[in-house]
Amino acid sequence: MPGRAPGSSSPVALFVTCLVDQLFPHVGAATVRVLERAGCAVNFPGAQTCCGQPTFNDGFWADAAGLARRFLDVFADAPQIVVPSGSCAAMVREWYPRLLRDEPAQAERARAVGQRTYELSEYLVRVLRLTDLGARFPGAVAYHPACHGLRGLHLREEPLALLRGVRDLRLVPLPGAEECCGFGGFFAVKFSGLSGAMLEAKLRAIESSGAEVVTATDVSCLMHIAGGLTRRRSKIRVMHIAEVLAAV
Amino acid sequence: MNKPRPAHIDMVANTKLALQDADLQGALNHALVRFRRLRTDAAAEVPEWEALRDLAGEIKAHALARLDVHLTQLESRIAALGGTVHWASDAVEARRIIADLVRTRGVRRVVKSKSMTTEEIHLNRALEAAGVAVVETDLGEYVLQLAGEPPSHIIAPTIHKSVAAVSRLFSEKLGAPPLDDPEDLNRVARKALRTEFLAADMGITGVNFAIAETGTLVVVENEGNARLATTRPRIHVAVMGIEKVLPRLADLGVLLRVLARSATGQRASVYVSMITGPRRTGEADGPEELHLLILDNGRTRLLADPDLRDSLRCVRCGACLNVCPVYERAGGHAYESVYSGPIGSVITPVLEGLPRAGDLPFASTLCGACAEVCPVKIDLPRMLLELRARAVRAGVIGWVDRLFARGWTFAMSGPARLRVVAGLGRLVQRLLVRRGRIERLPYPFAGWTAHRTAPPLAAQAFRDWWRSR
Repeated sequence: MPGRAPGSSSPVALFVTCLVDQLFPHVGAATVRVLERAGCAVNFPGAQTCCGQPTFNDGFWADAAGLARRFLDVFADAPQIVVPSGSCAAMVREWYPRLLRDEPAQAERARAVGQRTYELSEYLVRVLRLTDLGARFPGAVAYHPACHGLRGLHLREEPLALLRGVRDLRLVPLPGAEECCGFGGFFAVKFSGLSGAMLEAKLRAIESSGAEVVTATDVSCLMHIAGGLTRRRSKIRVMHIAEVLAAV
Repeated sequence: MNKPRPAHIDMVANTKLALQDADLQGALNHALVRFRRLRTDAAAEVPEWEALRDLAGEIKAHALARLDVHLTQLESRIAALGGTVHWASDAVEARRIIADLVRTRGVRRVVKSKSMTTEEIHLNRALEAAGVAVVETDLGEYVLQLAGEPPSHIIAPTIHKSVAAVSRLFSEKLGAPPLDDPEDLNRVARKALRTEFLAADMGITGVNFAIAETGTLVVVENEGNARLATTRPRIHVAVMGIEKVLPRLADLGVLLRVLARSATGQRASVYVSMITGPRRTGEADGPEELHLLILDNGRTRLLADPDLRDSLRCVRCGACLNVCPVYERAGGHAYESVYSGPIGSVITPVLEGLPRAGDLPFASTLCGACAEVCPVKIDLPRMLLELRARAVRAGVIGWVDRLFARGWTFAMSGPARLRVVAGLGRLVQRLLVRRGRIERLPYPFAGWTAHRTAPPLAAQAFRDWWRSR
């Protein structure tokens, strides 16, 4: 593997996220393939469920705190935790300490676990220092920087560096790339019209980019974008960045 | 403008209406795309821009940390210069103080420059009731006064109006011929306003910054109307919130730089008036009397709130509105409050209460674009989240959210339950899935499928694939 000696396996606990687990298991499988190809020994703690972000973002902090404590129990001993989602990684790292601030011991544990929690592209590029995973993907790909990865974890260059390392992949610029797709969790249901109007702008940008595939670090945004593309009978496909990186 | 305020701001209904208004959508998009480009370019010109934002935020945080000291220093400096300082705890008191000034000084005509704080206290209504003729002299505010509408943006009050709409308004109210050039419309307004400036007894303005050490009031604008309103009439009344004070004159430069670039993309605003006391003996212009009204109106509640205090750093530049994808589509009037956009969604629930404004913090995708541009680094998404939690605790949110939260927490409380709930879901979705997708979800989740299809639960969950691997 380029940039990494064979046999030096890093033990990694995969937090696959609830959406990937139940809706997009192929993204989880691709994440495992990518991590293994990067030399990681992947473990999947079976007691995991959801990080609590959907309830946290909707204001139900007591509910979210319960799921946060569960997450910290499940991943207490994990040396490194990798998440194929910027927003779930940000939830653990950025928000758990705030959510649990009235329980000092839990908050301390949250800070410690948060420091060991990484979004996938962040882990590959910043920790393992890999940008070439030997992937090959022929096609025109647009990258949508999902907001929580971009502004919460400051992942601007990492996913792009990985995509540039993919053979035969033509990265096409996405106009207004850093504008939100309008997902916002329960916002998309409650403020359906607003969310739909934001999605409309994102879909127009994707269509004008000439991309055959649109990719991102988060299946939540991709689920939203894919739902809009299918409704428009578009031929453009969505793929999580792990799927692109797993392609050979 | 004078309509009674409904108990609850229904942001869902308001944004639905806004989305159906094609003129509004066009006007907002046109103006905001331009504002965003101007701000981005202006920020990129300054190599130390991020450090400047840090510094601006720290200056405001420092001022807020010793607000009592700075405000009392400001008061004594202004008194020493011959001005008068009035304190108002709320809008009622503020209106009474200004109405008293108007009555005791025999004021008949007032010119106003743009001030969100006077919007907040509904000053015009009170002055008109006292028999005073009030004229807004900022071009945008003048248009809105003719139209009988409140502003819809902090710095660009008529952002929701097209040139054609202003032309129709001027024809109707001022008898102007139909005009399609904004400069010609401007000329019509200028001619009408010149007479008002000359006839006014009192000028009322806002305050962008007040310098404690010198007693200087700083008013920032681009049209020159605030300059005229503070120099021509015999009385100047300035109205400011308690958060506008800065300790030292040396702090001002940093804030003027970030304000102009963030608000309009200008390197400097066209007019920065620095008013230190009323006219002194031998001076050629300036008012005989200078009054400063310092307003609380809920701000001390923000000050006492460690999680929301930083919202008082706001310099009202409007940059958070300009980049907000929700504001861009909702427009300012949807927020039914003086301050709209992300900063409005943070301060209105505190100023006007969660029962009325509890919807506002939920009208956001938490995309974070606002925090990225805020010149004083207010962490707006974090505050929106804090307020959502308070809205839930206060019980001001709907049953759909509750149902969703209960269901989610139940399903995710452990792998065994998740298996059961997802298993049930896989059975139920057989009724809904066609060709690998769901075209229509039932109430209350129909909002999702109004604009996009939904993915089905996978036949095999990742956890089961992992085990069989």
